[in-house]
Amino acid sequence: MPKLTIDGREIEVEAGTTIIQAADQLGIEIPRFCYHERLAIAGNCRMCLVEVEKMPKPVASCAQPVGEGMVVKTNTAVVRKARQGVMEFLLINHPLDCPICDQGGECDLQDQAMAYGSDRGRCQEGKRAVPDKDYGPLVQTMMTRCIQCTRCIRFISEVAGTPVLGGLGRGEHLEIGRYVNAAVSSELSGNLIDLCPVGALTNKPASYTYRAWELKKTESIDAMDGLGASIRVDTRGNEVIRVLPRVNEDVNEEWLSDRSRFAVDGLKRQRLDRPYVRKDGKLQPASWAEAFAAIAARIKGLDGSKIAAIAGDQADAEAMVALKDLMALLGSPNLDCRQDGAKLDPAVRASYLFNSTAAGIEEADALLLIGTNPRKESPVLNARIRKRWSKGGFKVARIGHKSDLTYKYEHLGASATVLKDIADGKHPFFEVLKAAAKPALIIGQGALAADDGAAILGLARKLADAAGLVKDGWNGFNVLHTAAARVGGLDLGFVPGTGGRDTAAIVDGAAKGDISVVFLLGADEIDVKGLGSAFVVYQGSHGDAGAHRADVVLPGAAYTEKNATYVNTEGRAQQTKLAVFPPGEAKEDWRIIRALSETLGKLLPYDSLKAVRERLTKVSPVFAAIGEVTAAPWGAAFGTDGTPSDRSLVSGIDNFYMTDPISRASKTMAECTAAFGGGCNHKKTGTHG
Amino acid sequence: MSFIDRTARAFFLYELFQGLAVTLRYFFKPPVTINYPYEKGVLSPRFRGEHALRRYANGEERCIACKLCEAVCPAQAITIEPEPRADGSRRARRYDLDMTKCIFCGFCQEACPVDAIVEGPNFEYATETRAELMYNKSKLLANGDRWEVELAYRIAADAPYR
Repeated sequence: MPKLTIDGREIEVEAGTTIIQAADQLGIEIPRFCYHERLAIAGNCRMCLVEVEKMPKPVASCAQPVGEGMVVKTNTAVVRKARQGVMEFLLINHPLDCPICDQGGECDLQDQAMAYGSDRGRCQEGKRAVPDKDYGPLVQTMMTRCIQCTRCIRFISEVAGTPVLGGLGRGEHLEIGRYVNAAVSSELSGNLIDLCPVGALTNKPASYTYRAWELKKTESIDAMDGLGASIRVDTRGNEVIRVLPRVNEDVNEEWLSDRSRFAVDGLKRQRLDRPYVRKDGKLQPASWAEAFAAIAARIKGLDGSKIAAIAGDQADAEAMVALKDLMALLGSPNLDCRQDGAKLDPAVRASYLFNSTAAGIEEADALLLIGTNPRKESPVLNARIRKRWSKGGFKVARIGHKSDLTYKYEHLGASATVLKDIADGKHPFFEVLKAAAKPALIIGQGALAADDGAAILGLARKLADAAGLVKDGWNGFNVLHTAAARVGGLDLGFVPGTGGRDTAAIVDGAAKGDISVVFLLGADEIDVKGLGSAFVVYQGSHGDAGAHRADVVLPGAAYTEKNATYVNTEGRAQQTKLAVFPPGEAKEDWRIIRALSETLGKLLPYDSLKAVRERLTKVSPVFAAIGEVTAAPWGAAFGTDGTPSDRSLVSGIDNFYMTDPISRASKTMAECTAAFGGGCNHKKTGTHG
Repeated sequence: MSFIDRTARAFFLYELFQGLAVTLRYFFKPPVTINYPYEKGVLSPRFRGEHALRRYANGEERCIACKLCEAVCPAQAITIEPEPRADGSRRARRYDLDMTKCIFCGFCQEACPVDAIVEGPNFEYATETRAELMYNKSKLLANGDRWEVELAYRIAADAPYR
C-alpha cells in the first residue's frame, strides 16, 4: 500500500486510489466538478488541480493514482493560480443568471467561484448560448448553464443503465443532449438534478418555486416503495417542496427513484382534511364525534366475526398495531395487510424478507428473478443489481415477463413451470446457482399474488435449499416488496387470526353479507366496489378508491406528516419524521384509532407515541432496532407443495408512476404516465384519448 | 469684586439684552423653517423613503422573484412567492411588503440584482389604517410607475459612487 503526504499529513491508502480520494479520506477538501465518487473518472473539468513534487505541472487529482512517497500540496500559490485560471475559463460562457437559477444557493460553481473566481471578467465577447433540450416532465434543462462536466452522461449510462445522453460537438461547441429528441426515460432521472453541479438540470415540477436557503430540512424515510430509501423532506411553511435522497450506503447509496422524488405534489391534492359520514347516499362533512358515533352505532352488538380490517400499502406500524389491538378487543380475527393477496407466510420471517439485504446484492454472483421487474418495483435496488452486473462474473436469469432491466439476463421462460424444473435440478440454471459462491433469487409480488403463489413460494424454498442459497453468513432468498407497509404488517402479525379471513375472503364475505363492517386503513388497491352492502370505514390521507366507497371517512396523515415506523423489504425498521402537519383536521393514524377505541368502549392502553412504540417492541423486537436489519433465521419450511399454473408472471406494478394514493393524486406522475406510456404490462390502445 | 460684577449685570438686565440682541440678529437673517407641506427640504439622492418596484423602459417588470431582498431583510418585512409565468420566465406571484415592519435600512435595494425594489424619495405615505401599510405587488409597482423619473435620476446620481 503506497504511502503519500498531502499537505504535510501522511496517509497510507490502497494502490489505485487517486489523490482526490486520499485527500477526501484525510478530510482535505479539493474543489471538483466532474469527479463524483460513484461515477467513472472523467478528469475533464480540471478544477481539482494540485501540485505534486517532482511533477513539472499541476495534475488533476481526480485522475492521478497515488504513488509511493508522493508529496502533494493542495493549497499553494501555484495551485490557487491554476484553479483561478480554470474558474475564469468556466465562467467565460456561464451566464450570470444566478438570481433566477433554481440551483442558486446550493450551486457548486457559485460556491467555488467565491473561492477562486474574480469579481469581474476579462472577456468582452458575447457568451455562448445553447438551445435547451426537452428531457421530459421531470428534468428542466437550461443548457447554457452547462459546464460540460459530463456527470449526467456518466450517471445515465453507468448507474441508470439507459445510455441516452451524450456529448455532441467539440470544443466550445460541445453540447450535452440526447441523440434523438425524446424524454429521458429512466426511473432514476431525478438523480441527474442532484448530480448536476450547476443549474443546467433542475427540478421541473418545483421549478421557480423555492430557494434553497428558505427550506426546512427534515430527515425522513421514503414510503413510496418497499425499499424505504433515506430521504430529506424540504418544506416551506406547511408545504412539501421537494424530496431529496440522503446518503445511506446500506439502502439507497445516494439515489432515489423518480416516484419517491416527484410524487410529492400529490401530497397537496385530493387530501382528506375532515371526517365525512355518508348520509342519504352522499358523503357529508362531519365532526370527529359524529364520525365516531356513526361507526359505534354500526358496530354496537355486532359479533367480532362480522368485522374485518385491511391495511393498505402505506400504513405505518403504529397505526397497524393499534388497529390490530382494537380488532382483538372487538373479537375479530379478520384482518390482513396483504391487499394484493400475496401468499406470504407470516409464520416464517425469512420467507418474506429480502434476506441478502440490498447491499448484499453486490456480493452475489448469480441471481434468479422470479415474477419481478426490479426496474419498476424498486429502481434504486435495480441500480445495485446493475452495479453488481457491471463488475462482471454475475449471471442473471429471469422467469416472467420479458422487458429491459438495464442489464443482460437470460430469459428462462414466462411462467413458473420453469421454476419447477430448476428446483428439481433439471434446468441448466440450477447448476449455475449451485456452482455460485453466493447465489441469490428475488421473488416478486407478481409471482406471489395469485392462487398459485404459495406453490411458487414453496418451489422457491425448495430451490433455495437444493441450490445452496442459504449458507453460513449468506442468505440469498429474497422477496422484493412493493409496499412500504408490508413487512411491518407481517412482522406485527396484521394477518388473519385463527379462523380469520384474508383479503380475498373479506371482500368475498362483504359481498355475500357475512361481513358487515370493513375497516380500510389506507387500502385502495382492493376491489372496493365488491364490498357489497358492508359498512365501510376508510381511514387514510387521500380521497382515492377506498374513500369513494366509504360510509365513514377518517382523515389520516401521509408519510411526511407523522412520526411513524416502516419496515423495509430487508426487514430494516426505520422511522419517518414529521416534516409538515397533516392538513385540516387530519390526525396521525394511530391517534385516530385510539380515539375511536374510546368511543367504542374498547379503550386501547396507550396514549402517547412512546407507549405505542413500546407496544410495538413487545409485539416484535424488530421495532426496537431502528435502522438495523434484524436478520431472520431460515427456520421451518414455508409455502406449499404443488404445481404452479402456467400463467405468465408479470410484475406486481403495472404503472411505475402510479402505485399508491399519493402518486395517483400527483399531477407530475400523471404527466410522466402520459410521457412514458405508463403501463409496462400493457400498451396504449390508440383510443386512450 | 465678582459680587459687584454679578449684581451690576443683574441690576442692568445684561443677560436679557444679550438675548434680545441674538433675537434681533436673527430677525434680519432669512428664516430656516419652511412652510411644509407647501415647501419642502432638499433630499439626498440616497434618501430611503417609501419602496417601489420598477419596470424596464419597455414596461416589463424588473423583479424576477430571486428572493434576495427577502433573505437579506433584517426585519423580515418582505414575503415573496415566485412562479413561472406563462412565458416561462421567473416572476413574483406575490410580493408583499409590511411597511410597519420595515426599518428602512435599504438592504433590499442593495441586494437587488436588477434594481427592481428601491427606496424612493417619498416619505409622505401616512395612512389612516394599519392595513393600508401592508403593501402588495400592485401597490409597489404603482409606486414605481409614479416615481420612475425621480427614481432613475437618483440611481444615476448615485452611480459614480458605487
